[in-house]
Amino acid sequence: MISVEGLTHYYGERRAVENIGFNIAENEIVGILGLNGAGKSTTLKVLAGLIIPTAGNVRIDGTDLVSASAEFRSRIGYLPEDPPLYKEMTVREFLLYAGQLKGKSAAEVEARLPDVLRTCQVEHVQHRVISELSHGYRKRVGIAQAIVHSPRLVILDEPISGLDPKQIVEMRQVVKKLGKNSTVLISSHILAEISETCDRLLVLNGGKIVAAGRESELAQAAGASGTRITVQVRGEAERVESALRSVSAVQRVSSEADGEGCLRVRVAMATDARESVVAALVTAGLGVRRVGDDESELEAIFLGLTQGAQA
Amino acid sequence: MRGILLVARRDFAAYVNTIWGWVILAIALLIDGVFFNAWGLSSTPQYSAEVLERFFYITGGVTLIAGVFITMRLFAEERQTGTIVLLESSPLSDRELVIGKYISAMFFLTFFSALTLYMPALIMVNGKISGEEIGVGYLGVLLMGSAGVAIGTWASSVSRNQILAGAIAAVGTVFFVACWLLARVTDPPFKALISYVAFFDKQFKPFQEGRVNTEAVFFFASVSFAFLLLATQALRARRWE
Repeated sequence: MISVEGLTHYYGERRAVENIGFNIAENEIVGILGLNGAGKSTTLKVLAGLIIPTAGNVRIDGTDLVSASAEFRSRIGYLPEDPPLYKEMTVREFLLYAGQLKGKSAAEVEARLPDVLRTCQVEHVQHRVISELSHGYRKRVGIAQAIVHSPRLVILDEPISGLDPKQIVEMRQVVKKLGKNSTVLISSHILAEISETCDRLLVLNGGKIVAAGRESELAQAAGASGTRITVQVRGEAERVESALRSVSAVQRVSSEADGEGCLRVRVAMATDARESVVAALVTAGLGVRRVGDDESELEAIFLGLTQGAQA
Repeated sequence: MRGILLVARRDFAAYVNTIWGWVILAIALLIDGVFFNAWGLSSTPQYSAEVLERFFYITGGVTLIAGVFITMRLFAEERQTGTIVLLESSPLSDRELVIGKYISAMFFLTFFSALTLYMPALIMVNGKISGEEIGVGYLGVLLMGSAGVAIGTWASSVSRNQILAGAIAAVGTVFFVACWLLARVTDPPFKALISYVAFFDKQFKPFQEGRVNTEAVFFFASVSFAFLLLATQALRARRWE
């Protein structure tokens, strides 16, 4: 559906991205990861039609960014990090305007509005002036303007930055709903968020794609095979490590106090041996309070990929 | 055309729905009224045509100054607040965006001009002037205002903030207004050229006196067109940065 080939962009003499290529299928949610200056923003700006690339082809359903720029832009919905909102307008007025700006008639936007308001959970604030809304609601209105014209591709740049935990959970629901009807491209610094929301990841470094695929595929590419879990245990560190060493699949163990009188133990295993790990701890008389995926796994993969590429 | 009107309607609404537009309007009307009272009218007997001439001279100047303040926000404010992304990622062409913004500013300027009508109406009631003279004078005001608005639109399109946009627009407008002074100290053949582009001294004068001058109409239209073209190119250049 979306194809990017040989995308290269220079700001003057400075290269921002070079020879980037990827495809995104319909209704896929794809995350873009990268350190600052990796080329994420430039890639998103090109895809949003804000800048013309120095070289390369970008197409949506065969429509080319350069030769059919207006048609291309009508198929994109874009939410930058700071939502572009006219604060003196009400939510409803603004969305009606944004939809028409994207080429839809007033009647078409009116017909679509209830669905958009529901998806973005802003129905109850639709008659309020935007300047009166909280940051979380403004983000949601920003997403609403990005989808009000039923775009083929929705681009979200840092959609959860500045949101509180409750708003993050709500925003995650919104993004997942978007993925049912549109293709979504998300850029975020919060790796856990990307991991939670996206079907596939693109990792950019130094203006190039250094890895692409599902999280498990990236883990393999970064050489981080196996399973990593975090266990919250009540007991002494030495006894915990001793118990875990008895499980043959366990490769590495590290622990730290979690501030609640327990230990947070990170366990790296060659295979998924969660049951054996829990059994070993319980047999040793240690209290297992929680077992979960190691949230730092994606960080490790990401750092491995970007540092590896930089070296 | 639909896109142009959409942008124009929103921007006009932004003038009338915010305090900024009303502040500009109130100050411009105050200055116009005060100057007309102090300078246009006098206790000695005078021809009503002269009073009307002075009214248009004052209103023309106030319109140009108001144009700077009206246009400084057009693109620069959108850039400051980040809403420019909404316009630039829309299917509208750069030309449509510029024309839409220009039309909104011209609507607002026309609204201001309409509110000054009570002054020529007073001259008409108390003196001997025709409706045609008033119409021609306002045509000149709006043509000169159009050139000023186009200069301001261009200034706003190249500026990152409103203060800078206002400063550039002011310098551009002052240049065209003060050309007659520059022409005094310039040698031929540039003297003729510079004095020709003087807004007040050369081009606006016939309208002020109640005469339609097609050459001046063409001049103001050309200045407007040239600066709107420059604004369009400035927006286009940003996509190729």
